[in-house]
Amino acid sequence: MKFSTFKGGVHPPEKKDLSKDIPISKIPLPERLIIPIQQHTGAPAEPLVKPKSYVYKGQKIGDKQAFVTSPIHAPTSGTVKRIGLYPHSSGELVTAIEIEVDGKEELYPDLPEKVSWENLSPDEIRQRIREAGIVGLGGAAFPTHVKITPPSEKKIDTIILNGAECEPYLTIDYRLMLEKPELIIQGLKILMYVVGAKKGIIGIEENKKEAANLLRNYTDRDIEIALLYTKYPQGSEKHLIKALLNREVPSGGLPLDVGVIVNNVGTACAIAEHFNTGLPLISRGVTVSGEGVNSPKNLDVLIGTPVSKLIETAGGFREEPGKIIFGGPMMGVAIYNLETPIIKGTSGVVVFRKKDVKYYEPMTCVRCGRCVDVCPMGIIPTAIASYVEKEKIVEAEELGALDCIECGSCNYTCPSRRPLLQWIRMGKAEILAKKRK
Amino acid sequence: MKLDTKLIVSSSPHIFEGEDVSYAMRQVIYALIPTTLAGIYFFGTHSLLVIIVSIVSAVAWEAISLLIRRKSLSALSDFSAVVTGLLLALTLPPKVPLWIPIVGTAVAIILVKQIFGGLGNNFLNPALVGRAFLLISYPVIMTSWVNPIRTIGNELTSTATSLASTATPIVSTATPLAIDKLKISGYNLPSYFHLCIGDIPGCIGETSVLLLLLGGLWLIYKKVIDWKIPFSFILTVFVISILFGKDPLFQILAGGIFLGAFFMATDWVTTPLTSKGRIIFGIGAGFLTMMIRIFGAYPEGVSYGILVMNALTPLIDRSFKPRKFGEVKK
Repeated sequence: MKFSTFKGGVHPPEKKDLSKDIPISKIPLPERLIIPIQQHTGAPAEPLVKPKSYVYKGQKIGDKQAFVTSPIHAPTSGTVKRIGLYPHSSGELVTAIEIEVDGKEELYPDLPEKVSWENLSPDEIRQRIREAGIVGLGGAAFPTHVKITPPSEKKIDTIILNGAECEPYLTIDYRLMLEKPELIIQGLKILMYVVGAKKGIIGIEENKKEAANLLRNYTDRDIEIALLYTKYPQGSEKHLIKALLNREVPSGGLPLDVGVIVNNVGTACAIAEHFNTGLPLISRGVTVSGEGVNSPKNLDVLIGTPVSKLIETAGGFREEPGKIIFGGPMMGVAIYNLETPIIKGTSGVVVFRKKDVKYYEPMTCVRCGRCVDVCPMGIIPTAIASYVEKEKIVEAEELGALDCIECGSCNYTCPSRRPLLQWIRMGKAEILAKKRK
Repeated sequence: MKLDTKLIVSSSPHIFEGEDVSYAMRQVIYALIPTTLAGIYFFGTHSLLVIIVSIVSAVAWEAISLLIRRKSLSALSDFSAVVTGLLLALTLPPKVPLWIPIVGTAVAIILVKQIFGGLGNNFLNPALVGRAFLLISYPVIMTSWVNPIRTIGNELTSTATSLASTATPIVSTATPLAIDKLKISGYNLPSYFHLCIGDIPGCIGETSVLLLLLGGLWLIYKKVIDWKIPFSFILTVFVISILFGKDPLFQILAGGIFLGAFFMATDWVTTPLTSKGRIIFGIGAGFLTMMIRIFGAYPEGVSYGILVMNALTPLIDRSFKPRKFGEVKK
C-alpha cells in the first residue's frame, strides 16, 4: 500500500519503542511551579498577581491586551513566591511567576461554567479558547484563537489534525490518540464548527496504525483518518497539507491561503477537555524518553513543573547525562538547567547519555547534494549556509533562506558534518532584522 | 539528583546520520575492489605494483601538501587520496613505468586538489586531470597496450595475436576502440562476452564492464552515488551511437564508459548538486565522449568528456535549481 507523503525528508531511527506502550500517568504534585510569561508565539503576558498573593487552581495569573498573545494560569493552588527571571527552554532567562504549591488543589471559584459547545457561537468559542490559554501543543505554541480567526476573505474548507508525530522518541500524541480518541474527535468537531469547515482529516504516520484504527471508530462522514508514509518531517504543516490534499502553501504564505487550518491532535484534545471541565490549559502530555533515563514515560504534567521532576519520575538518569532536549532530537532545544520548567509547547524531554552526544568537527562541503535531495522545501541548504558564512545575506535571501522550516534534515544528513541549519537560522535572523529596519 | 549537572548545549538537530565522507570514500574503495582484482588477474603483477605505487604516492602527496599548508594530517582519514590514487591507477595502461603514477598523482593531488584548498574545493576531478596530464605529456607510454595474460572461457578469438599462451605474455596490441576507430588491420574486435568480462586490452581497471557495473550498483544501493549520472551518461552514448550508425552495445561496453560513468562522473565535488543538474551532466558527458570518439583525434573521449562537464558544473548549478516548495509562478 502506498501512503501519501511529500518530496524530500529523512528517516532517522524512530526510537518510539522506548515509550510507546506506556500509558500516560500523572506525576506527583511538585513543591513549586515556575510559570513563564512567555510560553507562546506573540506578546508575553503581564503578571496579574503579586508576590505573596494566593492563587487558585485555574486562576488567570497573567494576560495582555493584544491579539496575538495568550493568558497564563495557575496550574494548582498555592502562594506566589517570587516573580523574576528563570531559566526557559528558549535558552534565555525569562520572567516567570514562581508558585509555592500548597497541595490543596483549591479550584478557582470563578471558573467559566461548563456549557455544551454546540450552544455557543463561533465567536464565543474563540473567546473561551483564548481565555483558556490554549495554544498549539505541537511545539510552536501559536495561540489557537488567532489561528482559528482567519481573515473573512479566506474560506477554510478543511481542518487537519496533525497526528504524524514524526520526531524520533516522542510518543505522547500517539498515547493521546489511543487513550482519548473521543476527545480528539470532539476537539476536531469544535474546530470545524468554529471556522465552518466541511471536512476534517486526521493525518497519522503508518507506524501508528493502531491509533488510526481506533480513531476510525469515532468518526462520522465528515471526518477522515488518513495514513501517511513514515518520514521526517511529515508533521510539518505545509507537508501535511501537501501529502493529504496535494495543495501547496505558497512561499511566505499560511495554510489558510489554501483553505486549511492545521492543529495538533493534542491541541484538539485540550480544547475538548476545556469544554468538558471548564479548566484552562494547565497541564499537558509530555514524553520523557531517551537512552539517558531509566524508565521512559508518557506523563501528564502541570505547566511549570521543573524538568528535574519529570526525570525523577522516569527513574532518574541511567548514567551521566550529556544532553537534555525539550522537544524531539531533530528540532528540539538543548537546555542547560535542570530547573527549566515544562511550558505549553514542550511535547517531550529527551535525555541523551554523555556517550550518546555526538560532536563533529565540520569539514568543507563536498557537494554531495544530499542536503538538496532531502530538503522538503526545495531550497539548496549548502549554498545558503555558505552565503551566510561569508555574510552575503542578500544572496542567501535570494536562494530562499526564509522558506526554510528549520526541520534540520540537511544538517542530519550532511556527510561533511556542516552545521547547515545553524548557519541558515543565523541568516534568517539577519534577513528579518534587516527587514524590520 | 544533582541539580548542577553540567549539560551540553548545541543547536538542533541533535542526531546525525552515520554516513560521513570517510564512510562514502570507503564504499567507493570497496566498490572498486572487484575490477581492481580483475585488472591484476588479467594484466599481471606489474599492474598490482602500479596500483600500490599510485595509492601510496597519492597519500604521500596529500600528506606533504597538508604539511605545507599547515593543516592537520587528520584530513587523510577521509580516504579521498586513496580513492584518487586507486582511480588514477585504474585508468593507466597495465605496463606503464612506476614513475608514471607518481607524476600523475602529483598533478592530481597537488595541482588539482590541494592548491584549490583540498577536498571539496577542486573543480575538476583530480584523477582525471592526472590522467589527462599523463596522456598529453607521455602519449607513447599512455597508449602502449598489452594483451591480458589470462583469459576467461575458450581461447580469445577476438584478437589476432595469440595471447593466451603463457610463453609470450606481453604483446603490444591496441584497444578495441582504437581497432574500431583507426581500422587497424590484423585485429578483430572482441565479442560482447569478452567486453563484459574484461580479458581484453585496455586500462587496468576499465575493461571488466560486469565488475564495474557490480561496484556501481553497490554504490547506488549504498546511496553513495546518484543513479541519474551513470544512467543518463550511458543512455546518451547508446542513443548517439545509434544516430551515427555505430554499434551501440560496442560503444558502451568498450573503453572507459562504465569506469567513467559510475566512478568518475559521480564524484561528489565536481558534479552538480541537483537531480536535474546531474541528468544534464550525464547527457553532456555522454555527448562529448561520443563526439570525441567519432570526430576527435583520440579513440577514447570519456576523460575529456567528464572534465569539460566538470568545468561546466558551476554553470549547471546556477541554471538548474530545484523547484521550491510553494513557489509562486510569476
